[in-house]
Amino acid sequence: MLHTVNKSPFETSTLLSCLRHAREGDAVLLIEDGVYGALKGTTVAGEIWPRKGQLAFYVLGPDLEARGLDKSRLIDGFKVVDYGGFVDLVAEHDVTQSWL
Amino acid sequence: MASEADKPEAEGAEGGGAEVTKKFLYVNRKAPYGTIYALESLEVVLIGAAFEQDVSLAFLDDGVYQLTKNQDTKGIGVKNFSPTYKALGDYEVTKLYVEKESLAERGLTEADLMEITYEDEDDDWAEKPSIRVVSREEMAEIMAEQDVILSF
Repeated sequence: MLHTVNKSPFETSTLLSCLRHAREGDAVLLIEDGVYGALKGTTVAGEIWPRKGQLAFYVLGPDLEARGLDKSRLIDGFKVVDYGGFVDLVAEHDVTQSWL
Repeated sequence: MASEADKPEAEGAEGGGAEVTKKFLYVNRKAPYGTIYALESLEVVLIGAAFEQDVSLAFLDDGVYQLTKNQDTKGIGVKNFSPTYKALGDYEVTKLYVEKESLAERGLTEADLMEITYEDEDDDWAEKPSIRVVSREEMAEIMAEQDVILSF
């Protein structure tokens, strides 16, 4: 399953809930304000770390650039995708769950 | 705000009654682009600047993300409004308070924010920083000093 999260983890519990329900082998793609969850050195980064071996983490590049966030700030293991990569992820997974 | 709507006309009439200056605080707590709040706040600040009040802006929680440098929205097809913050000084909006704890929780420091300055007319137009990083406690004090608070 592919999970997408579009909310800031500092404003809602959407990312947390997604991480608590995502199962081994799933992919998590952070988009829109969700990209703030991909940054290291934050108070929520600790929620991502325990799932790094089990889940594939992606972040949408154009949303990072819009917010002035350099790729060097990403938690290790996050892969940056463009809109084409977003489409590929949707196509590769049977089901997409959009966490709003 | 309804009574404030008369202001421009009153100023147009020469020798009108004494103007009352109130302390206005615009509280910004939302990240840019994901919602319309940040842009709407900026629009209201610019409109409100015409009323020549004592205006301050507060950036806390996700609102601190509004001021990050190097924003480039070409890839998401929406207007990059971050340069507008740099123009606020021309509208005599010169006090941008940014909460230190909100930056730290997000792994940010003042160095990650845009340089925003104004020219101080009381100091031979010296260029001075508009951004003032304050503690949560200081932010609470700033809020307590206001006559009007508008929250976005």
